[in-house]
Amino acid sequence: FSQPTPRAEKAKVTVHYSMADGSTVTVQSKEGENLLDIAIENDLDIDGFGACEGTLACSTCHLIFQQPIYDQLEEPTDEELDMLDLAFGLTDTSRLGCQVCVTKALDGLTVKVPEGVADARDV
Amino acid sequence: GHRRWYCHTATPGPHVCIVGSGPAGFYTAQHILKNHKTARVDIYEKLPVPFGLVRFGVAPDHPEVKNVINTFTNTAANDRCSFLGNVTVGKDVTVAELRQAYDAVIMSYGADADKEFGIPGENLPGVYSARAFVGWYNGLPQDKHLAPMLDTDTAVVLGQGNVALDVARILLTPLSILKKTDITDHAAAALETSQVKTVYIVGRRGPLQTAFTIKELREMTKLPDCRPVLDPADFTGLEDKVKSLQRPRKRLTELLIKTSQTGGATAQETQRLDQATREWGLKFLRSPLEILPTQDGTRISAIRLGVNRLEGSDSSARAIPTGETEVLSCGLVLRSIGYKSVPIDDSVPFDSQKGVIPNTAGRVTGCKGLYCSGWVRRGPTGVILTTMTDGFETGKAVVDDLTTGVLQPLGGVRGQEWIQPLLHKRGIQAVTFEDWNKIDNEEMMRGEKVGKPREKIVEVKEMLQVALSGR
Ligand SMILES: Cc1cc2nc3c(=O)[nH]c(=O)nc-3n(C[C@H](O)[C@H](O)[C@H](O)COP(=O)(O)OP(=O)(O)OC[C@H]3O[C@@H](n4cnc5c(N)ncnc54)[C@H](O)[C@@H]3O)c2cc1C
Ligand code: FES
Repeated sequence: FSQPTPRAEKAKVTVHYSMADGSTVTVQSKEGENLLDIAIENDLDIDGFGACEGTLACSTCHLIFQQPIYDQLEEPTDEELDMLDLAFGLTDTSRLGCQVCVTKALDGLTVKVPEGVADARDV
Repeated sequence: GHRRWYCHTATPGPHVCIVGSGPAGFYTAQHILKNHKTARVDIYEKLPVPFGLVRFGVAPDHPEVKNVINTFTNTAANDRCSFLGNVTVGKDVTVAELRQAYDAVIMSYGADADKEFGIPGENLPGVYSARAFVGWYNGLPQDKHLAPMLDTDTAVVLGQGNVALDVARILLTPLSILKKTDITDHAAAALETSQVKTVYIVGRRGPLQTAFTIKELREMTKLPDCRPVLDPADFTGLEDKVKSLQRPRKRLTELLIKTSQTGGATAQETQRLDQATREWGLKFLRSPLEILPTQDGTRISAIRLGVNRLEGSDSSARAIPTGETEVLSCGLVLRSIGYKSVPIDDSVPFDSQKGVIPNTAGRVTGCKGLYCSGWVRRGPTGVILTTMTDGFETGKAVVDDLTTGVLQPLGGVRGQEWIQPLLHKRGIQAVTFEDWNKIDNEEMMRGEKVGKPREKIVEVKEMLQVALSGR
């Protein structure tokens, strides 16, 4: 029997969530975690966030990135873009939080929680 | 014996009543419980089981969508929240009675009737509403006996929204996949012997006016053993237009064009499509005029469609009949042109033109203390996210009215403590959330035996037996 190889300690990544009410919540996470799980683990108070629990079936985990950060992220899949198309207040730098994992290179990033969805509705 | 409704002593804090336990009901409750620290919320539901269309609408092969049930279950676990299933408001208890017992009453009973075309042949055997078909495969008690005629090679779905794609997909998905979902046993058995090979999805307008969303369309293009048959001619000229469209419509149209042009992106994909034994297609600019019976009148043989042209080109373009008609052979027609809300009770205003309860920001027009949310407020369109937003908005209206003094809570023995004895006298046994948990466990246990996430109980009587056992 081989011993499980000790895994290298994952790098810590600081994330700032810029909330819909204008406040900013700063949390610590680990490399490889996604922005939905990070928000849940830290009890971030975002109404309705993550309704489908990260299975790419809702778009309630919609987050808006700053352009330079957005450009560093891996390309979204067609399936992510499909769900994102239904998000309220969609922008050119929008992503679904459950599909974006943080990396050391993103340390200190700020993500914006879109305004109250009711206000953004244009249908 | 033990009567749980006498256990509470008179409780402080306002009493709020919600009618309907779909996403609208639960999201409205969630908002109120979170933002008002003493309000008690009772959710009434006509069926013994909660969650509305999440259980009875969302397709069985979309289990991820049903994850919202976990959030709703958390809401129900709040000790200021109660579920009272098996109570039909308007019949077992009136809205007037509820308004006496509660400081605020919220209508969120959804839309469970159908829109119809009103064309000849619409009631022939072989023609069904998509709503009933969905209810049948999802275990809605009232649709258990639908027995749709699937012994035909061609089905026509009238309408081009997500529900239309849902029913088309269920007709075309290999049973080996469906069998692992929570599709009802009776539907799986019927679909096993289905002869349906081709499904046409018919819309009265063009490719730029479809109501389905891209996720559902992409799924159709990836269905195993199934080939899309789209006529490239339907999309000529659209390639130039695409650039000026808004992103969701742009991506959707690009996918339509791509699907119409290529067999498949790779040789493997092309082979998959060539070997498929089933197919689906979209027919645009067609309105049903008449459904034709076979000679002996025992079922349908075809549908006569009127050919339209478009006036305008954007989402509000209108279909104008050209006078030309065509006949399409088919043995099954599913009408999927929308759900419809109906009035619940004479005391609640209803706009029958729009099919909604008239309101401003969720406050029912002219009725202080009465609110509405979800499909009965907005009309039957939009995904759960839309309904969530709507529920939060109505929840906010209630909390605002409670905190600003627009509503003056009466306190005392009210809420369900007032209503339960009334129900008891009428012989109605309300089902609690703990009772539902018993049904839930039983269904999951039955499912486990046959390799499904759950086997739904499809009769109210049996639901009640399980729910009330050991009481
Ligand atoms: C076929 C279908 C598939 C769908 N698939 C998806 C999907 O994949 N993803 C997605 O995001 N959205 C989907 N939707 C949309 C979603 O289901 C709706 O947005 C949502 O369910 C509307 O919520 P509601 O609470 O207003 O109505 P409902 O969900 O219909 O809830 C209303 C509730 O009120 C109860 N009720 C009715 N009358 C009474 C009465 N008199 N007394 C007491 N209770 C009563 C009903 O039994 C029901 O439980 C789908 C809809 C349909 C029809
Ligand atoms: S949580 Fe539903 S899509 Fe991300």
